[in-house]
Amino acid sequence: MSTTTTTLPKAPAKPRTLVDMNWDPITRIVGSLGIYTKIDFNNKEVAECYSTSSIFRGYSVFMKGKDPRDAHFITSRICGICGDNHATCACYAQNMAFGVRPPAIAEWIVNLGEAAEYMFDHNIYQDNLVGVDFCENMVRETNPSVWEKAKTTEAPHAADHGYRTIADIMTSLNPFTGEFYRETLHVSRLTREMFCLMEGRHVHPSTLYPGGVGTVPTVQLFTDYIVRLMKYVEFCKKIVPLHDDLFDFFYEALPGYEKVGQRRILLGCWGSFQDPEVCDYKYENMNEWGNSMFVTPGVVVDGKLVTTNLVDINLGIRILLGSSYYDDWQNGETFVKNDPLGNPVDQRHPWNQTTTPRPQKRDFDGNYTWVMSPRWYHEAEQNGSKYLALDTGGGPIARFWATALAGKVDIGYIKATGHSVKIYLPKTALKPEMELEWKIPKWSNAIERDRARTYFQAYAAAAALHFAEQALAELHAGRTKTWAEFKVPEEAIGCGFHEAVRGVLSHHVVIRDGKIANYHPYPPTPWNAAPRDIYGTPGPYEDAVQNTPIFEENGPDNFKGIDIMRTVRSFDPCLPCGVHMYLGNGKVLETRHSPMFGAVK
Amino acid sequence: MATEVVPYGRVTQRPPAVKEVHIVWITAGLGCDGDTISITAATQPSVEDVVMGAIPGLPKVHLHNPVLAYEVGDDFMKYFYQAEQGLIDPFVLVVEGSIPNEHLSGEGYWAAQGNDPMTGQPIPTTEWIDRLAPKATAVIAIGTCATYGGIHAMAGNPTGCMGLADYLGWDWRSKAGLPIVNVPGCPVQPDNFMETVLYLLYQLAGLAPMIPLDAQLRPTWLFGKTVHEGCDRAGYYEQGDFAEEYGSPKCIVKLGCWGPVVNCNVPKRGWMAGIGGCPNVGGICIGCTMPGFPDKFMPFMDEPPGAKLSSAAVGLYGRMIRSLRAITNTTVNKEPKWRHNRPELTTGYQQIYLQEKERAS
Repeated sequence: MSTTTTTLPKAPAKPRTLVDMNWDPITRIVGSLGIYTKIDFNNKEVAECYSTSSIFRGYSVFMKGKDPRDAHFITSRICGICGDNHATCACYAQNMAFGVRPPAIAEWIVNLGEAAEYMFDHNIYQDNLVGVDFCENMVRETNPSVWEKAKTTEAPHAADHGYRTIADIMTSLNPFTGEFYRETLHVSRLTREMFCLMEGRHVHPSTLYPGGVGTVPTVQLFTDYIVRLMKYVEFCKKIVPLHDDLFDFFYEALPGYEKVGQRRILLGCWGSFQDPEVCDYKYENMNEWGNSMFVTPGVVVDGKLVTTNLVDINLGIRILLGSSYYDDWQNGETFVKNDPLGNPVDQRHPWNQTTTPRPQKRDFDGNYTWVMSPRWYHEAEQNGSKYLALDTGGGPIARFWATALAGKVDIGYIKATGHSVKIYLPKTALKPEMELEWKIPKWSNAIERDRARTYFQAYAAAAALHFAEQALAELHAGRTKTWAEFKVPEEAIGCGFHEAVRGVLSHHVVIRDGKIANYHPYPPTPWNAAPRDIYGTPGPYEDAVQNTPIFEENGPDNFKGIDIMRTVRSFDPCLPCGVHMYLGNGKVLETRHSPMFGAVK
Repeated sequence: MATEVVPYGRVTQRPPAVKEVHIVWITAGLGCDGDTISITAATQPSVEDVVMGAIPGLPKVHLHNPVLAYEVGDDFMKYFYQAEQGLIDPFVLVVEGSIPNEHLSGEGYWAAQGNDPMTGQPIPTTEWIDRLAPKATAVIAIGTCATYGGIHAMAGNPTGCMGLADYLGWDWRSKAGLPIVNVPGCPVQPDNFMETVLYLLYQLAGLAPMIPLDAQLRPTWLFGKTVHEGCDRAGYYEQGDFAEEYGSPKCIVKLGCWGPVVNCNVPKRGWMAGIGGCPNVGGICIGCTMPGFPDKFMPFMDEPPGAKLSSAAVGLYGRMIRSLRAITNTTVNKEPKWRHNRPELTTGYQQIYLQEKERAS
């Protein structure tokens, strides 16, 4: 962290004295992210925030002209923690483009693999990376009075998780020395073993293909998975109450903490887990099979469900410029004029995007990032720009919100009620059955994003119980063929919709002469890390950090920025996902916004 | 002066030649952080085994990896400066991600980490390598991006990226006389990497001889065998019984598996805890550990050119097959020629540079 003092004439409650506070790199996330803020210590709030990154790779450039069947092998390498989500989504897009429907058991195997990915990834991120922001060492450093209070606060669910006080939970989260930190590392291996059973290798799978999987379905395969899954189910009965205790304590110890990372409720979820009974990968039927997914796709605006139709979701996607280092493609080639239903496709839609990078100096008043600004066009919007800066809230909060409101999922272990999601965990070795209920929270903020993550670990486990039953039914019926043959067409288009661990994921492909003519993946991080767009709308990180109150007890001299860190990490930033979009900063030749020499703005 | 009494249990133990070792880890190459994530899956040894001193004879290890670090921003970057200034000596430098060709990035750059306190400008990853490699006791390239260029060095890429040895030179030696140690894999197999770290720590501690490496700078005990030699489906191959479709338990060489000519131990070792892998569990080997990856293996789902002949000839002569394979193995053990640090882009992607020239003229 670096500091420079600036005084602005504008005075809110108290005169604003802004201090440049920058953290670059943000650690304990995947990828390279810098957060540049101006903090008003007099009024204890963040006045301004810009997010940036520093790596450029160029997938959409080097995929042109390649064999379309290679897409999932290549795009898996976009991300080192949820690469399999990309591989899966690419296979979905290939299935549509190639016109192939995998056998049911293949879909159950993919669902089991992806469920294991959620179980693994949310777990290691929550308790080995985010958890450190809530650990004893950190809280003592940033909020000694909160630590004192934690020592005397009994944990309400001590009987479920075994930690008597909130301070005991915090101590258990200390890196390496903390007991729960180490338990998490251990459990993260168990879930990755489950993943490897279904998809071969973590994190770039070996057994996924368009048309199905190469995994050999045997009795042993599912036995090996289920025995590990039940250990994880037992683990969920501990971690959900543990995190409820920890997060509820922050609201109690720091009144007003709900404002940290709070932004307008603008959530997107593109749906997860196909139902092979319904999903034929035909674009024409996408609304129907999208609504049968075991996590319901949806857009939630101000707490209202705007749509669950994947066709609407697809057609609403717009990629805007405004602060990014690219040439515009408004007058470029239109690859797809109409979708297969005859609807017009916008020039700013990923199918029609042409990416031409233009490295340049960073200028926070002009272009300052390689990230573009994905937006979702909402004609009915009354409160400002119709190009909504949707966020994913790190994934789970948006998934729960859409699934809860839609009220469609009802698979025995999980029931969406219209206002909540109920999760039923069966009896395990040491713990009786347990019902959990994720209820729609009052806010879209840092704590609720983090809380939803823990609940979604249980959701993924419960969903996996259902998938395992379905897969075994296929196996027992002797339907063990896992792959369906296909031919790569000369001309085709395809799209895939999925939930990467940290939120919405789409892949759009255009095939010409049997080769990739255009390929644009849009993972969650470009949505969340987007800069100000051409209409001046800031991206979600920027929006959520700006106006976040500061609860940290340290002043500017030894400021850690913990409330900002909790805000940014609540979105589960995964910069490689943003980076393939050419996220990365241009070389800074002016010093005005640089950390050490920032001058008056 | 009283001589120290050593308890009998300690008489055969030797204290490490160095007490403490820092591991400074750059993830800011062109990568995906997948190798860092991968090594958190390792158990032989695990990252906590190494950090917490659970293995006898090792120096105390201080790990500075951005994904696992407690510190943020400048608090984290201070270790990089300390390493540069010789304040944390000895240290092992780990490089993750391929190395972009910054001759090509004009006023911008492709990859950077932290800001230069003197100029306020971000510091390119290549500059960090230039600053730290000469000070490091050992340098490890983790994953296929850092070792040989990998997926981001594919034909048509705009960044001109390459492996660490292409950047530093294949004959490069650390100040302690060690070559670059390459542990390829996309991502790296978790235990392969942690075991290599363990070996180097033993070497630094004076408890092991020079790490044995092959011509591609890979540890020989990990990469000396082919995928096929460790694959439990090789029996089907021997019987000439080949899978016709994915999901079959038979040998998948006709479906795109390159196992017979790829140096990798994954089918033998499994992906983690003996579970998973590639052809052994139905995933075609796409050659992800190899210098020629990905270009020499694409399109991945087509039968490798050599496989037709060798799978047809399998009934004949093992010796002949081995020599045929040796030729292919040599080819895929070479990187494509466009991975270099010359001030020109030869990947086939010329668009923006041509445009620049047009504008200039």
